[in-house]
Amino acid sequence: MFKILSNEKIAPRIFRMEIEAGLVAKKAKAGQFLMLRIDEKGERIPLTVAGNDDKNITIVYQTVGVTTHRLTEKKQGEYLLDVVGPLGHATELGQIGTVCCIGGGVGIAELYPVAKAYKDSGNKVITIIGARDKELVIYKDELKKISDEFFVTTDDGSDGEKGFVSNVLKRLIEAGQKIDLVYAVGPGIMMKVISEVTRPSKIKTIVSLNTVLVDGTGMCGSCRIEVGGETKFACVDGPEFDGHKVNFDELMARQGFFKEQEAHACKIRGISQ
Amino acid sequence: MKKQSPKDRIKNFNEVALGMSEEEAVKEASRCLFCKEPKCSTKCPVEIDIPRFIEAIKNKKFDEAIKVIKEKNNLPGVCGRVCPQEDQCEGACILNAKGKPINIGALERFAADWELRHVSRTTNDERRTTKQRIAVIGSGPAGLTCAGDLARLGYRVTVFEALHTAGGVLVYGIPEFRLPKEIVKKEVDYLRSLGVEVKENFIVGKTSTLKELFAQGYKAVFVGTGAGLPSFMKIPGENLNRVYSSNELLTRANLMKAYLFPDFDTPVNIGKKVAVIGGGNTAMDSARVALRLGAEKVYIVYRRSEKEMPARKEEVENAKEEGIEFHMLTLPKKILGDDKNFVKSMECIKMELGEPDASGRRRPVPIQGSEFIMDVDTVVVAIGQSPNPVFLKATPELKLGKWDKIVVDSETQATNLKGVYAGGDATLGDDTVIAAMGSGKRAAKAITLHLSNVRV
Repeated sequence: MFKILSNEKIAPRIFRMEIEAGLVAKKAKAGQFLMLRIDEKGERIPLTVAGNDDKNITIVYQTVGVTTHRLTEKKQGEYLLDVVGPLGHATELGQIGTVCCIGGGVGIAELYPVAKAYKDSGNKVITIIGARDKELVIYKDELKKISDEFFVTTDDGSDGEKGFVSNVLKRLIEAGQKIDLVYAVGPGIMMKVISEVTRPSKIKTIVSLNTVLVDGTGMCGSCRIEVGGETKFACVDGPEFDGHKVNFDELMARQGFFKEQEAHACKIRGISQ
Repeated sequence: MKKQSPKDRIKNFNEVALGMSEEEAVKEASRCLFCKEPKCSTKCPVEIDIPRFIEAIKNKKFDEAIKVIKEKNNLPGVCGRVCPQEDQCEGACILNAKGKPINIGALERFAADWELRHVSRTTNDERRTTKQRIAVIGSGPAGLTCAGDLARLGYRVTVFEALHTAGGVLVYGIPEFRLPKEIVKKEVDYLRSLGVEVKENFIVGKTSTLKELFAQGYKAVFVGTGAGLPSFMKIPGENLNRVYSSNELLTRANLMKAYLFPDFDTPVNIGKKVAVIGGGNTAMDSARVALRLGAEKVYIVYRRSEKEMPARKEEVENAKEEGIEFHMLTLPKKILGDDKNFVKSMECIKMELGEPDASGRRRPVPIQGSEFIMDVDTVVVAIGQSPNPVFLKATPELKLGKWDKIVVDSETQATNLKGVYAGGDATLGDDTVIAAMGSGKRAAKAITLHLSNVRV
């Protein structure tokens, strides 16, 4: 049993939860994820570690289906039945030079520990985050603090500049900004567009994939994804991959595998998706 | 043994084989000739004294029967259900010559079930475990057997399990209708009563490394990490939606109870016509699970002929009784998808048997121009898997051999690392429940020897 230390709404449909999970917390590094299960009837779901110290871990989640909705109902002092991890490879760090860190939607929270780790290992960090509107721009102050340059975009222009994160990246590249590495985490379509923007100039681009998982420990194969013409397993080979090699159309299609079932389960429970 | 009728059982996940009554068991036990040199026991990978437990059943001393079994076997309720007895004890029974061997598996199951009904656990079996600490990685049949044997000898054993429930393939792989999860739970509880500690949600290689386990004071380690990444055929369309590995389909249904969705949260998406590719027990399990999840038609697609199928005869018969259709000598070439990336059909080619291959079985060769389209909307790939990579990747000093399986000494299960032993599906050959248990037993013996020679 894993004690919930806090569970607060930080934006429309976006929540932050802190959990006491010493074994995972001690080991987790930027870029890794964990699997959790709420109770006996629960589903195992993957969530990226958004922060940790020696005892506790932070996760940030968006309500999309039954499980994430049920998570919002959990109160401080209550327990999750299972938390296991850390899973997947940690982000490869080192002195790279200038790293452009890009996050979209709830992926912004997942970006934060990675951007911070790049900064802490001596790199120049340019951060670009994007969301639909200003209400959904999260982790703004935290990211600004650790970034050498910082940009915000919103679809409707209610915060930062109107448009997409890829527009800013494109502009930076065209203006001759030296970028040694691009790291992107967010919706499939965002990571796809970012990878297309960096392809002509051959800037190394790392993307963190959000696939469907069941066990998360290298057994079921539901997280498989074509990378460079080969099938890879996001749980053990990833979750980070070379964005220029990922088949994003397949990624997005596979994310819809259980959509119908999810919608049905939400409907009978009166959850608005 | 009585079974649920096919008509009823395809609509539920309850156990198919219903077990023996006391009268039936005593009657069956009375058929035993009690050979002076019994062949059955020699064929048992965990060396159960079979005639002695059968005799106890014959004399209605059921508590004695289960005691005899448990001298050697920590998981009798499991083995009585899933062992391939026809290749082992029953296959060796002298009565085969007269037609019908003793149904040893059913008798073992009877004794185990009798105990579950009549004896409350945690009673006399509690022992003090005082000797050195031993880590067992993975709580499948190999790990549980190793843990149980060591605990009985007084060692302090911790079993580390990556998933949230102990049992390994017994809980995620083998379906409820063949092996009820309640049985597995009770057998694990029994091991706990022997002093075994089980830590779920703990991934050795991630949560802690092998080195850290030794640093924490474990004096020996048994690696029973089991099967891992599923193999695919490497044909176009395998990443379409509604293509599952058997591991995924079975894990959703068995471990996560997707058959109770939406009461349970884990979904499964099964179409009307399902092709299961492969000829082993896992393929049979997948096909029968798909049927129970509501598929109208389920096909087994296998590239060799039925004779070469590695599945147990009993499971093939069960599948056939339930209406599963067998398409033998058929090889999938391509899975075709619709505009939403879901399976819409599968292209196959017909095969014929040629010369024997390395496995001694006749090699299937494609018949030119015999391609055809199979009308299916779901495909389950059940053609095997490689060992679980998580622990192996984190432990590069461990020597691996063919198919990335851990290299072990066949007598002691010792790996190239001092104090580290391995067995089950993580090693070559031990790919049935009982073979895995046999390897756990050998390792337990060797670990005992190793620790008595090591000055601690």
